[in-house]
Amino acid sequence: MPNVDALTETDKVMEISGLSVSFNGTQVLDKIDLTVYHRDFIGIIGPNGGGKSTLLRAILGLITPDRGSISIMGRPQKQGRHMVSYVPQYASFDRDFPISVWEVVLMGRIGQKKGLRFSPQDKELALQALERVEMDGLKERQIGRLSGGERQRVMVARALAAKPQILLLDEPTASVDSRFEAGFYDILKELNQDITIILVSHDISAVSAYVKTIACLNQQLYYQHAKELTEEMIEHAYHCPVHLIAHGIPHRVLEPHDGVVG
Amino acid sequence: MEIFTYEFMRHALLAGFLASISCGIIGSYVVIKRIVFISGGIAHTAYGGIGLGYFLGINPMLGALGFTVLSAIGMGIVSDRSAQRSDTIIGVMWAAGMALGIVFVSLSPGYTTDLMSYLFGNILVVPVMDIWLMLALNLIIVITVIALYEELKTTSFDEEFARTAGLNTRLLNLVLLVLIALTIIVLIRAVGIILVIALLTIPAATAGRLTSSLKYMMIIAIILGMLFTSGGLLLSYVFDLPSGATIILLAGIVFVLVSIFLSIKEKRPAMMEKDIGS
Repeated sequence: MPNVDALTETDKVMEISGLSVSFNGTQVLDKIDLTVYHRDFIGIIGPNGGGKSTLLRAILGLITPDRGSISIMGRPQKQGRHMVSYVPQYASFDRDFPISVWEVVLMGRIGQKKGLRFSPQDKELALQALERVEMDGLKERQIGRLSGGERQRVMVARALAAKPQILLLDEPTASVDSRFEAGFYDILKELNQDITIILVSHDISAVSAYVKTIACLNQQLYYQHAKELTEEMIEHAYHCPVHLIAHGIPHRVLEPHDGVVG
Repeated sequence: MEIFTYEFMRHALLAGFLASISCGIIGSYVVIKRIVFISGGIAHTAYGGIGLGYFLGINPMLGALGFTVLSAIGMGIVSDRSAQRSDTIIGVMWAAGMALGIVFVSLSPGYTTDLMSYLFGNILVVPVMDIWLMLALNLIIVITVIALYEELKTTSFDEEFARTAGLNTRLLNLVLLVLIALTIIVLIRAVGIILVIALLTIPAATAGRLTSSLKYMMIIAIILGMLFTSGGLLLSYVFDLPSGATIILLAGIVFVLVSIFLSIKEKRPAMMEKDIGS
């Protein structure tokens, strides 16, 4: 296993081979192969129902694949999964739950906690995680009294508190006000200095400005460890030609603001 | 006060306090996890155990203890395996447990006078033996919650996250259901099977409106439970009313008053903002 502190960008942090998943006879993932290197920032795009969330859930061990293997940091999935953290698409919790931002982030340490209570080191790591997403000012706030963007940053902090090697994000900006999207991606870019990130989205334009490489997923995965999407990849993934992405890197198309001129 | 010179009154107060500790702690989990229905199911299957106790000639509370723990585990497994119809199955177990109790009682020899006290509670006639049982169950509940506090909080808050962090959420949920079963046994003597669910939820729900910390929610719920049981006891003595029902009515009235007070308080700042805006 590679030394965690001295990883370079040629070290593999995750290897998926021949991964197939089906639900009730419907094939969701079909022989997925994916090699992820240290400090990769992969955007996985694809249509809804193309298996993006399923892939993340398989990596996390929340579902059992039919075939294939996942190894994390050179270990089998079960032994390596504590090095992977996950930020879900929608916060699945109850907004009224009596819990503060601080308690939620500290929860990120639950897998590594020894003894009954969190140690000073656990608290230190949780605080660092909060600072990295610039949410340390709202530590005592009840979790339901945050905006969508703030809540998502807290979810990232909770994931970071576990000190992961790999961070998985599922449609991270689905509940974020579009004004704050750029700020959110800047934080991810900053985190990518020492953490490998895999981000799943159906919105190509939103992710393409920030990720290093792009993969297309629709049952099968098309990935060449490159940022350029070939027309072939898109057509395979979406089953239709996509004209919007003419020059490799797509642009966000904005409606002209007629009313503001003047 | 004169009434507290009676030994049965002191026992009743003690039983009320013991009931308050477990219902404050476990009731908080029931409220935040929204598992009131499954808790009601566990409570009603207790009647089957009480009937079995009569039938076998043992302490009905021990029969109820066995029945509730088993039904808690059964309901936990059912709701885990078949998420869609679990409420139906819990409803069936709820009714079947009660029916079993009625059959057992009818088969039992002799006249069963104090059966009503298990259904509606009679805190004034709690045997000393049952107070020891309540104390022992309270100890188990408190120690377990202290040991698993962070794990239970994480699982209650976000089960999927807890699983990805490597917690055995299935086991933790079962542990919580068994703790609910134990709490129900503690509460039966105070308010009876029919009203258990009220004492399990009202103090915790009231406390939840007053704080946004689980720890303080539990502490406030315990204090409220003590106020409700001792206040209800006093009122039932003064006005010669059934103790269990009086405790629950007092709790219900306080819950409604707190809710009204808080909704007025929340509205007022909003109205003032409006005035400034216009």
